[in-house]
Amino acid sequence: MKQVLMGDHAVARAVQLARAEVISAYPITPQTLIVEELSEICARGELDARFIKVESEHSALACCMGASMAGARTFTATSSQGLLLMHEIMHWSAGARTPIVMVNVNRAIAPPWNLWSDQTDSLSQRDTSWLQFYCENNQEVLDTVIMAFRIAERIFLPVMIVLDAFILSHTSEVVDIPDRKDVDAFLPPFKPLLKLDVDEPHSFGSITGPAEYQQIKKMRHEDMMDAIRVIKETDDEFEKIFGRRHGPVSAYRCENAELVLVTTGAMSGTTRIAIDRLREKGMPVGALKIRLFRPFPAEEIASSIGGAPKIAVIDRNLSVGAGGIFAQEIKASLYGKATRPAVFGLVGGLGGGDFTPDAIEDIAKRLLGAQAPEADVIWEEL
Amino acid sequence: MDRSLEHELVNRGHVACPGCGAVLAMRYVLNVLGPKTILVLPACCWSVITNRHPNSAMKIPVFHTAFETAACTAAGVRAALEIKGVQDVNVLAWAGDGGTFDIGLQALSGAAERNDDIIYVCYDNEAYMNTGIQRSSATPFGAWTTTTPEASYKERPKKDIMAIMAAHNIPYAATASVAFPEDLMEKTARAKQLRGMRFLHILCPCPTGWKCASDLTVKLARDAVNSKSFPLYEIFDGVRYKLSYKPGEQLSIAEYIKPQRRFAHLKPVEVEAIQQQTDERWKRLMHTVSSWPA
Repeated sequence: MKQVLMGDHAVARAVQLARAEVISAYPITPQTLIVEELSEICARGELDARFIKVESEHSALACCMGASMAGARTFTATSSQGLLLMHEIMHWSAGARTPIVMVNVNRAIAPPWNLWSDQTDSLSQRDTSWLQFYCENNQEVLDTVIMAFRIAERIFLPVMIVLDAFILSHTSEVVDIPDRKDVDAFLPPFKPLLKLDVDEPHSFGSITGPAEYQQIKKMRHEDMMDAIRVIKETDDEFEKIFGRRHGPVSAYRCENAELVLVTTGAMSGTTRIAIDRLREKGMPVGALKIRLFRPFPAEEIASSIGGAPKIAVIDRNLSVGAGGIFAQEIKASLYGKATRPAVFGLVGGLGGGDFTPDAIEDIAKRLLGAQAPEADVIWEEL
Repeated sequence: MDRSLEHELVNRGHVACPGCGAVLAMRYVLNVLGPKTILVLPACCWSVITNRHPNSAMKIPVFHTAFETAACTAAGVRAALEIKGVQDVNVLAWAGDGGTFDIGLQALSGAAERNDDIIYVCYDNEAYMNTGIQRSSATPFGAWTTTTPEASYKERPKKDIMAIMAAHNIPYAATASVAFPEDLMEKTARAKQLRGMRFLHILCPCPTGWKCASDLTVKLARDAVNSKSFPLYEIFDGVRYKLSYKPGEQLSIAEYIKPQRRFAHLKPVEVEAIQQQTDERWKRLMHTVSSWPA
């Protein structure tokens, strides 16, 4: 059934379809529509879940962790400052191997106050052992939330789904909403390997020495690396039932490209419009959308770029003192390759600046003529 | 009396210090709650006492959680049990005074306001003992700790956590002492029968941090009550106060603190100040209790 939905409401519908059992969240703009809609859905009896309206994001995630440990499918959502407050429990919940699904609506970090899109909130959670998906449109948001539960519950790691503030969260788009029975077939009930159970008591998280600690961490890393395989399998199975797939990355008109523009999130669709215009004018440019950030799809990126001599990574985020975060990660992943392109690291749109098709066309034209990056960070004023 | 340890839920092999009051408290509480109990432990002495992986002194399921999250993690466990239709399991959040009075207060207040269906025990040893005796807001006036050295001892009184909990209008809150095990277990049984947020504040002397001999735990837990320093009472629905025990001849504060070297630096005038504070608090408590005739 097709319906016009804002991104936040697409999230709520996906959580309903996924039959989340315990939801715990705290309001923050621009995530608030998600918790409001889920409150309505639960109040109408359309989702049999316990919704715990906590006093902070920190407690929201701890609540989900406790519920997940006791065997429930759990969901939370947040943005920006709220995500930063969760940071400690992001590490803890991943270490506890609780397959929590969280939506983060990317919003700039204060000060100064700014409510608009900026990925520094989620990217600064890079090392918490959470999977991270960046979505391009509301359909992808809905699909990824449903897929996330299945991936999380197979590898016992939590998953974060990210969407741009307002550009997706508050923008209405046509979304194909799957049938409940199809989602039930795709996503069976959560079956933990171990849980808090009085009939089979276990202790979780007791103190360890260095050898055991490292072994446990190594297992987590290996399971995270293996998640790429699980994500691809999940994509295959999703496509069989729903006819859509999204992939860790997706390349667009990269054949014989001199320059590939690398983007994430909502600007990826805009970039494809710019690529079409440039290709019509005979310019050899392509686009690569990165949907998966953790685990980092290094091989998929390298093979998608193909032989392009130049790539430009457009980062709506900043690691102050280093540069755009996707650019850094891509550079690091290409270092060991025999042939590697020049990487232009562009930073722009921080705090919500709008990348229009014209702006992206301008970037491409400029960089087609450039030989090598003149700086580690190339600032884009929009 | 059954002297075998088979029914005990705290097993051999825990690693508490000699004379640890917090182990007595756990044993008494679990003896009443029984094996159908899930334990949520934030950072505190008890997160170490259970012993290290892969061993555990506990015969019930345990989840170790972050310092400030005992109440909300336990609330999450309860929510999962509810949605799964499990009704006969106690969810026990067990935190020290630091994890309750200080860093965990926000989450505890949230759970109390929502009336989440958990039993929350604060085992109070009056400082951050697990990290090496630093002051918490449960540390009493005058006490030495490693962050309140003798020359600048703690100059503020102990936070009134019971008044804070009462202000949330929760079904049940009670104080208890490990020197009064029958009273402690009766209160645990009362808490077990009720639903919603139930709060037990248990005084657990810590010989390591109180600087006293390790065989004085029970004596000090008794003297704390008899000196009116730690009164035993219950609060129903946040308003109805009931005194559990009235000391006969009051023990002086000077007598109570004498074996505790954490107070050894105090001058007589400072001890007298503590006596006055104690008498004043007792008077206020009696006033509140008397407004609710038995």
